[in-house]
Amino acid sequence: MGKVAVLGAGLTKFMRRSLETGRELCWEAASAALREADLSLADIDCVVMATAPDAFDGVHMKGEYLLDGAGAKGKPYVRVYVGGGSGVFAPIAGWYHLASGAFRTCLVVAEEKMSPTQPHPQGAFNAIYDQFTERPLGVNLLWIFSLEQMRYMHTYNIPLELIARVAVKNKRNAKDHPACQLGGEFTVEEVLGAEVMSYPVTRLMVSPVTDGAAAIVLANEEFAKKKGKNHVWVEGVGWNLDTSYWTNRDLAYPEYVEKAATMAYKMAGITKPREEIHVVEPYDPFAYKELHHLEGLQLADKGQAPRLLEKGYWDRDTTTGIPATPSGGLLGVGNPIAAAGLMKVAEIFWQLQGKAGARQIRRNAKRGLAQAWGDLMQVGTVVILGV
Amino acid sequence: MSTALRGTPLREEDIRTGKALTTEWHGKIDYTFDAGAAIGQFLHGLKDGKLLGRKCHACGRTMIPPRMFCERCFRRSDEWVELKDSGRVNTFSVSFVNWDASRRQTPQVPAVIEIDGASQGMGILHLLGEVGNSLAEVLEHVKVGMPVQAVWKPAEQREGSITDILYFRPAATKR
Repeated sequence: MGKVAVLGAGLTKFMRRSLETGRELCWEAASAALREADLSLADIDCVVMATAPDAFDGVHMKGEYLLDGAGAKGKPYVRVYVGGGSGVFAPIAGWYHLASGAFRTCLVVAEEKMSPTQPHPQGAFNAIYDQFTERPLGVNLLWIFSLEQMRYMHTYNIPLELIARVAVKNKRNAKDHPACQLGGEFTVEEVLGAEVMSYPVTRLMVSPVTDGAAAIVLANEEFAKKKGKNHVWVEGVGWNLDTSYWTNRDLAYPEYVEKAATMAYKMAGITKPREEIHVVEPYDPFAYKELHHLEGLQLADKGQAPRLLEKGYWDRDTTTGIPATPSGGLLGVGNPIAAAGLMKVAEIFWQLQGKAGARQIRRNAKRGLAQAWGDLMQVGTVVILGV
Repeated sequence: MSTALRGTPLREEDIRTGKALTTEWHGKIDYTFDAGAAIGQFLHGLKDGKLLGRKCHACGRTMIPPRMFCERCFRRSDEWVELKDSGRVNTFSVSFVNWDASRRQTPQVPAVIEIDGASQGMGILHLLGEVGNSLAEVLEHVKVGMPVQAVWKPAEQREGSITDILYFRPAATKR
């Protein structure tokens, strides 16, 4: 397999509701990524798109709808889709377009415009539940998260206060992110005391509704080396899906994330992830998910990620732990679903280049990992970048 | 990264005052889903007041929701098994939000319930009832691992739907 480098990344602002259409958001992010890579669209051989449910936009051929804004006219183009995992799956698809040897360069674009759905985009998610055995019960999206969080807390005896700390950390980190929608200083008490949405989940433990887009430019080794030096390489990729019979699964532990990470670690030649991963962007649509995922990624023992959080192990300025979600994540920067996953990959890229500005971690990082998750709590997608 | 990111955030009043224009589409679409071989039989069972599972003789699992194939062994499953209409709470939540993000005064209490007679860890999603009308009351009445019992609609009102079970109630409760 050929080597693949990341040459540039770009984002729009993350916003509750944007004036720009999805197509316009794609254009802004894609052109920003091309600018950072110092390339023009003529240099791009193929384009990969990630965007989550069609129901948000009320547009059935959503990949095609976004095509022109993504720079894909007249090029090999494909939309990839694994729900919330799509944003990290898109660079994986971009990677295999290039690792196969078929193309030199790939523009990877991820977009989400959640705001069109009325009265609330949560309604678009009702159709993820089984139409026979679940939907007639009067479901809503929050249920699956609150049920999973409760099982996680019960199994490992985790106090809610430790889960609230994820929201405090990520919203604080997000204050330094230029795309930030919901950053700020909150106390654990404020997170715990916020409106109970679906116990044990409070309002400040939930990521917001967001419009936004992200893009990165990938290139094969030959192209990348002609273009410059000090490259960030895609060292490992992994993805995995568990059964759709979610009420039959172990909700306390994301085994599919472990399998995705194991695939990526093997490809990257990593045998001790806790020593060899120096910065991590786990998927954090809900506060507990960050902890759940850090355990699935083998960066903490089962039930131990919250205890490490208490000790500052995941803090951005740690010198002895692993900074987790230095970007501020979905809880702070915002959650334009597919774009949020790709934002995490962009954050690892900027951290490894030392270009993360006020968000730059203190420890020296040679390798970082971004992960996303989604569908019916069943998909893990993992990308490892290194210098 | 460039710090001057593009994008124009809108406020509610930008829409209300017509500063930013929108176009509406009311795409109402209705569906009728064929229940299939496994769930069709399961729904017939509910109408008869029974919870039906499906057994795979290769791995020995008794599965609910039932399926005509075992996804683990990837072979046709073997037989129908009548399960009990009771189980244990695997996990639960106390939900104050409706699907459209409107709020509820009295919470719904969704739960994953591991059904007695099915294999370990085989649960279904349903609601708990008779467990209180506030967060504090529900947290007092419901514990993970607690045994629960189905409360059915009267036989003549059942229609072959998951809602033929109204909810599960704490099994220890005297009625």
